[in-house]
Amino acid sequence: MRCLPALIVAVFAAAAAHAAELTAAFGPENATRTATIRSTTDLSAFGPVIEAFLTTRPDTRILYEQWGSNDLYRMTAQQCAEGDTAADLVISSAVHHMVALVNEGCGASHSSAATETLAEQMKWRDQLWGITREPAVMVYNRDILAPHEVPRSRFDLLDLLRPSDSRLAGRIATYDIEDSGLGFLLAFSDSLEATTFGGLMEAFGRTGAVATCCSAEIIDAVASGEYLVAYNVLGSYALHRARGDDRLGVVAPGDYTLILARAAMIPAAAPSTGMAREFLDYLLLPEGRAELEAQDLIVRLGEEAGAPVEVSGTVEALERPIGLHPPLLVAMDADKREIFTQRWRDAFPQ
Amino acid sequence: MGVVRATLSLKTRVALAVTAVLVLGGALVLVAALAYGRQAAREAYDRLLLGAAADIATTITVRDGTALVDMPVSAFELLSLAQNDRIRYRVVAPGGTTLTGDPTAPLPAPSATGESVFYDDSFGAEPARYVALTRRFAERSFSGPVRVIVGHTLLARRELAHDIAQNALVVLGAAGAVMALFAWLAVSQALRPLPRIGAALASREPTDLTPLSLSAPREVAGMLVSLNAFMARLERQSVATGNLIADAAHQLRTPVAAIRAQAQLAADEVEPDRREKIVTRIHDRASGLGRLLDQLLSRAMIVHRADSQPATPLDLRDVAVDVVETCDDLALGVGTEVELVLPDSPVVARGDAMSLVEAGKNLLTNALIHGKPPVRIGVTGGDRPGLWVSDSGDGAPAEVTAAQSTRFVRAGRNGGSGIGLAIAREVAEGHGGTLRMQHDGRRHTVSLDLPGRAT
Repeated sequence: MRCLPALIVAVFAAAAAHAAELTAAFGPENATRTATIRSTTDLSAFGPVIEAFLTTRPDTRILYEQWGSNDLYRMTAQQCAEGDTAADLVISSAVHHMVALVNEGCGASHSSAATETLAEQMKWRDQLWGITREPAVMVYNRDILAPHEVPRSRFDLLDLLRPSDSRLAGRIATYDIEDSGLGFLLAFSDSLEATTFGGLMEAFGRTGAVATCCSAEIIDAVASGEYLVAYNVLGSYALHRARGDDRLGVVAPGDYTLILARAAMIPAAAPSTGMAREFLDYLLLPEGRAELEAQDLIVRLGEEAGAPVEVSGTVEALERPIGLHPPLLVAMDADKREIFTQRWRDAFPQ
Repeated sequence: MGVVRATLSLKTRVALAVTAVLVLGGALVLVAALAYGRQAAREAYDRLLLGAAADIATTITVRDGTALVDMPVSAFELLSLAQNDRIRYRVVAPGGTTLTGDPTAPLPAPSATGESVFYDDSFGAEPARYVALTRRFAERSFSGPVRVIVGHTLLARRELAHDIAQNALVVLGAAGAVMALFAWLAVSQALRPLPRIGAALASREPTDLTPLSLSAPREVAGMLVSLNAFMARLERQSVATGNLIADAAHQLRTPVAAIRAQAQLAADEVEPDRREKIVTRIHDRASGLGRLLDQLLSRAMIVHRADSQPATPLDLRDVAVDVVETCDDLALGVGTEVELVLPDSPVVARGDAMSLVEAGKNLLTNALIHGKPPVRIGVTGGDRPGLWVSDSGDGAPAEVTAAQSTRFVRAGRNGGSGIGLAIAREVAEGHGGTLRMQHDGRRHTVSLDLPGRAT
């Protein structure tokens, strides 16, 4: 965690059902304007962006709450039904949750020159906007895996897992889709993208791959050598860690790479939508985008050697942005989730 | 002097009429276009809903005694074609429990039957359109109808309806503009002859009454024909007046000169007997002059009446009787009895009674003065009704009958028979008939034949 001058950090008991993991306040206490942001993004990554936003706005105070994606969804949906919320802006990486919230009419509309710059796929109804650009990547341990052993695509991963004495057996980790909304979304998107996913589930199940929680833990374990490869890790976390740790390599799968844009929504009942709109526009305009890029929340895949994310193949051909559109509602369907989770559990028995 | 009052111009009237048509038509087309747009949008997006519902319905499987829905992404991609609309769905088991989806999504009215039912309801605060599709299961472990409810909000429908209506209006507006343009061109073209006629009339000499020859559209040509007919009548009147003056001058000069010469003789004569004789001659001459004057005036009157008097139905027998009555004095004077030959039934013709009596009077006078008794006047019926006068003489001298068509006929000593015939002929022609003269060896007959009733 970086040290931030105006940052107050509070750690709450994880037991509380609807509670933020972390909260922080930016800006002077006697500010005339206040806004509350609820987000799944790590405070350490998002804090500097907020600070940059506030440098030219000395009269503004922003309260930041960091949430788990499932909790954030449940709380926002409940407050939407009640028509009362303290949040002015909700940002989540579990974009299917956000599509569902907007579909329920929980979002306030906003249209500006900044929102016009977004690709059609990256916004919906002028109520939901994709603010980041993060590839779902594989992270590996450079010390243990030689360059020729590194899986460059899902096919490589399948091939590496095929031998009965595979080194990777039991040492591949990925998000547990029941614990992590983002994990579910990425797995679900994989299942829609290619049949490789079925083979991967089978191979993961056969070799005893690990499904666990939380980017930080997974990447730590890869760095320590406990796991050799982490599959479907969000590029922002992976890059952030890899920059400070030579042991970590980051690969964008060459068959296809899911690109996730964290979705931002202004709740219809938000107390100060004006501030939320201003901050949203900031995030979408060049100045804010530069800050997001500095925090690895916007990642541009490059084919050149020495790029932070290793890419094999052409970038245009492999990028698969996850559109912020109603088909994501399928990921929220009760039966679908049950079927999907059942399939997942077959591979990752508890 | 009549006052010509200029009312609203024809162009303005046409412009108003075209505008009224366009505004009324536009309103109707607008209403129709909106209705059609709504209908078209509704049908298009209802199919989308039904497609999505059918897609979902096919993924329902029965497992362990319960239905499980493997929700297809394709159904939602289909619904995403309505780009900004919020989506709601629900799958309801036979017992009414919700298998998956939003348990608060509305169900169709219980009265609605059929495999698929469309209905309007709401989604939150917004209006929405729903379809309920029923799939029936008949498994040992699970049977009954499973209903798939799919709905969405109406943004895309409204947008499509709006687009359709707008396109229709653009087309209508263009058509209206073209119509207005063509109407304006047509009216301008049609009205072009009017100023031309005005200019042609204005540039004429005051005495020029010849017909205008201009090309003009049929409606305007009708007016032009009437105008020419009017000018022809004016011309005839003017010529008749001129003729009267010329005739009077020509015909009267000689008798007046003769009377003056006789009067001079009488003034110089000292012998009472001879003077008495001269005075008698002056008297005769003056009477002849009087008759001549009568004839000239009556002829002018007849020419005038031919143009101004409407033809009315009349009985020619009455005309014949009137003629005999007016000539009573003369008949007595010459001592000849006039026989009246009339049929028993009325002989009806169309014409001007006064002109016809005048013509008959001239014919009878000629017969009495120049012909030989017995003198008869009569009426023939049938297809060509006519009035005739006959006597036992040889008829008018050849030079008189040959010169009938000319106005200048030297009057005889007692007033010329030529003028009388000319009057009769003019009356006959004025009525569209003819004047016919014949001699059967014993009797000379002049008959004025009129066209039959049919013509």
